[in-house]
Amino acid sequence: MYRYDEFDHAFVRQRVDQFRDQVSRRLSGELSEDEFKPLRLMNGLYLQLHAYMLRVAIPYGTLSSRQMRCLAHIARTYDKDYGHFTTRQNIQYNWPALKDVPDILMDLAAVEMHALQTSGNCIRNVTADQYAGAAADEIEDPRVWCEIIRQWSSLHPEFSFLPRKFKIAVTGAPNDRAAVAVHDIGLRMVRNEAGEVGFQVLVGGGQGRTPVIGSMIRAFLPKRYLLSYLEAILRVYNLLGRRDNIFKARIKILVQQVGAQVFADMVEDEWQHLKDGPVELPDGELERIQAYFAPPSFEPLPTLHAGFVEAKDRDPAFAAWARSNLADHREPGYAIVNLSLKPVGGVPGDATSAQMDTVADLADRFSLGEIRVSHEQNLILPHVRQKDLHSLWQELTAVGFATANIGLISDIIACPGLDYCSLANARSIPIAQQISTRFAELDRMHDIGELKVKISGCINACGHHHVGHIGILGVDKKGEEFYQITLGGDATETAELGRLVGPALPYDKVADAVETLVDTYLEHRQGGERFLDTYRRVGLQPFKEKLYATH
Amino acid sequence: MPLIKTSGAGTTASADVVADPWVSVGDDDPLPAAAPVIVSLTRWERDRDALLATGRPVGVRLASHQLATSIAGDLDHLALVALEFPTFRDGRAYSTARQLRERFGFKGELRAVGNVLRDQLLFMHRCGFDTFEIAHPDAAAAFAKALAEFTVFYQPATDQRTPAPRLRHLRSAAE
Repeated sequence: MYRYDEFDHAFVRQRVDQFRDQVSRRLSGELSEDEFKPLRLMNGLYLQLHAYMLRVAIPYGTLSSRQMRCLAHIARTYDKDYGHFTTRQNIQYNWPALKDVPDILMDLAAVEMHALQTSGNCIRNVTADQYAGAAADEIEDPRVWCEIIRQWSSLHPEFSFLPRKFKIAVTGAPNDRAAVAVHDIGLRMVRNEAGEVGFQVLVGGGQGRTPVIGSMIRAFLPKRYLLSYLEAILRVYNLLGRRDNIFKARIKILVQQVGAQVFADMVEDEWQHLKDGPVELPDGELERIQAYFAPPSFEPLPTLHAGFVEAKDRDPAFAAWARSNLADHREPGYAIVNLSLKPVGGVPGDATSAQMDTVADLADRFSLGEIRVSHEQNLILPHVRQKDLHSLWQELTAVGFATANIGLISDIIACPGLDYCSLANARSIPIAQQISTRFAELDRMHDIGELKVKISGCINACGHHHVGHIGILGVDKKGEEFYQITLGGDATETAELGRLVGPALPYDKVADAVETLVDTYLEHRQGGERFLDTYRRVGLQPFKEKLYATH
Repeated sequence: MPLIKTSGAGTTASADVVADPWVSVGDDDPLPAAAPVIVSLTRWERDRDALLATGRPVGVRLASHQLATSIAGDLDHLALVALEFPTFRDGRAYSTARQLRERFGFKGELRAVGNVLRDQLLFMHRCGFDTFEIAHPDAAAAFAKALAEFTVFYQPATDQRTPAPRLRHLRSAAE
């Protein structure tokens, strides 16, 4: 993991001091709420329905056990004893008092964390594949570049007042777990014909009210040019992106308006003046950062641990968990373990301070002290020996993190919705709870197989409904909550936007509708098809007919 | 409106309130006797030769949507470029400033005008602005404080502050 040096420590402390001064100016009345707003937003502090909400960055989803303990401490000391892991690999606290926020930021700084650029019209916290550095299919660890981007974008003097927020995601693996195609910039590490590793660059993807799959503007960018090329993209956007209408201000609108090829040409032109200039990393800096992400010292182990296989044969519940919650590790004898934050009937992404402390302890004992957060709002222990899996599973079961549902129908992404958010039109969390309760039975869930349900409480699409296999969008109809359903969305390397099935349904019909859609899939399923495969083969019509015949 | 002028480079930069010798003139206003004038891009394009013929220093004020390329060919004739921030949220002038300085090599005075607030001064200074029209009761002190709030910078810009990645490299080279 990256560790701060003296520069990083000084920078974050100076930022906290600056904010402490701004908060005291607000508390003394020198600053009005209006004047304070842009300042607090630069530090991740929102004013929500009931209270301030503080969003803390978890850069590229990587946490040490020590950092996780600090997150638990903040929940316990300054909040209502829980935090909410978000779809952007951040954690949100829903109830901090304004006067405490500078102290919270100081506690975070002590463990090399911050809330910088988690809001505002700037380059936001960079996200990555949650399995980075552990995945079997990885070309290179994307976190090296995420850290380089994090530093480069921190208080960037030119790009802190962009037309709108700006999100960058990076994947180092061909199987895209970071949803890079629906980001303002998506970076895929690829190998060219000469065997060199570089970036495929996508721009103008996004969700929100105008969902767009990003356009590839460069098939291969040598790694050493990443920062100059990003600077060129951001400069073109900063100068030409629309500022007259907040809903047309994202880079996707500019790319659509001029066309991807023209946009690529404009970037190329600007880049010619920036490449090989001072923004490129000085000699030694890439190596310095790379060294922090060197693989930990793994034990030499056999590919398959006999005890692991026996335990699965002996214990069907463990076998089910192993089937859904493990992913292939690059090292023989190791596994990547997903901790489900989606217990049946629970709130997706929430964790109590006690749970966070437990995860930190388990990480120390089983995963070389490392933890990851996924955009699907789960936690990951990335480096677990197969021989430890059964005992880890037992401990996870005891704390409620062993629901065997990763990638399955109850592993739902949901935004905070009307229960917390001032933008929402409808509740998201209770819909997620109803669906996960409806499909609680493990065998049935496993029989249905991979099915990504994503729920947003408004058109801003924080719950990623456009890219859900089943997407659910809450809308307001004359003061009543209704839900539109889309099918066929996909956030991976085969990214697609979901299509609307038909008229919106009332709140109490949504779980029934999902059940009808699942039954329709099961009727049409051939061989080992996933929901998405069947949908792609048979199209929308059979689902639509069934859904509106019964409702 | 007080005018702040910075001098010195990088972290040693200092700021003073200075008298403003420049006169802003409207598109159809008569020119003052001999003072240096700031005109809009429209007037510059219309009256360029007549303005230069008076022999006085001339500056151009760009609205935030007017690009650096619109005056790039004229920079040898201009002693000042003023860039507008119609609201602090409109960040286009940061990019325009860097292009003028870094891509087109503008060496004259680069002035920030409009909604210029103390919390953005450091960003502006880093992007190459050297004078600032700022409506603040104690502008010099506000500026000095803004410049001192950070000593660590992660990215190169137009200013002379050495970014952290380069400092790390220089340090390890010296060891």
